[in-house]
Amino acid sequence: MTEKKQLYWEDVEVGDQVPTLPKIATTMMLVRWAGASGDFNPHHYDDQSPMAAATGGIIVHGALKRQWLIQLMTGWIGDEGKLKKFSCQYRRLDFPRRMANFVDPMEGETWLCKGTVTNKYVEDDQYLVECEIWVETGQGEKTVPGSATVAFPSRGTK
Amino acid sequence: MNEGSALADNIKALIGHTAESVVMEVERGAIKRFCEAVGDSNPLFADAEYAKNGPYGDVICPPGFFGWPIKPAAAMSEPTATMTAEFAKAGFPGLLDGGIYYEMYIPIYPGDVLVSSAKIADVYEREGKGGKSLFGIIEIIYTNQNGDMVCKARRTLIGRQA
Repeated sequence: MTEKKQLYWEDVEVGDQVPTLPKIATTMMLVRWAGASGDFNPHHYDDQSPMAAATGGIIVHGALKRQWLIQLMTGWIGDEGKLKKFSCQYRRLDFPRRMANFVDPMEGETWLCKGTVTNKYVEDDQYLVECEIWVETGQGEKTVPGSATVAFPSRGTK
Repeated sequence: MNEGSALADNIKALIGHTAESVVMEVERGAIKRFCEAVGDSNPLFADAEYAKNGPYGDVICPPGFFGWPIKPAAAMSEPTATMTAEFAKAGFPGLLDGGIYYEMYIPIYPGDVLVSSAKIADVYEREGKGGKSLFGIIEIIYTNQNGDMVCKARRTLIGRQA
């Protein structure tokens, strides 16, 4: 187990970038997500379903992209950080890569989950940071914009 | 509700519609499976040995995971199903997931039993480039076995005019 580094509120400045989290959505991942989340809408696994036909193929679950963005934030804020508020909007459709074999996806798109610090302040003894967050496609198009408010530990109260 | 929009009566009547509460059990295995599905190997959620020495003394659920419904079996999507049916009657078939808003209050641990209570908080119409859309907001309150509110969620569902 690699040692995890804890960020403190004092380490974070407005304009800082949250370390980018790359993700590859595959048809296999969508099946796993369906099973783990309980969302069995055929739009996400059945190409022949009317919904998938209408969108030109199966699409990535909005909630999976939500969870990527949550992972982006919880990975960044560390064990002592807390995600207080989170929101995102599923603005564009994303299409998963097909599987080339049992383990590897075919060539294709890699999505990037990104964030920027937009505000930091202290309120009710909580050391808070606000971020703009989003998922973008391999072509740099933002498909899921959002925002998050997180609480960090402070060196002052250590 | 937006001023000036002429919502059909069956759509207006959806506001305040409440679903039967759902009991959700938080199992260790389910947390693990959820993290694997996301591709999140954060040991705070995935490794009990590691988490034992952390701030929570055990793994916690990644935000966004609330366990698995154990009763009633079918109620999970009930407000969504009602909204889907009524939107379709009004000429807005096929709901899309528009987005989510969470306020997180306290962590969720393995072994917790949550109650989720969902209601249709709002319905409104918007005119966009692609025509009219109906927006439905479902508010979900998650409470744990101690009666503490763990999270408030607001889902946005969108129906496009046929």
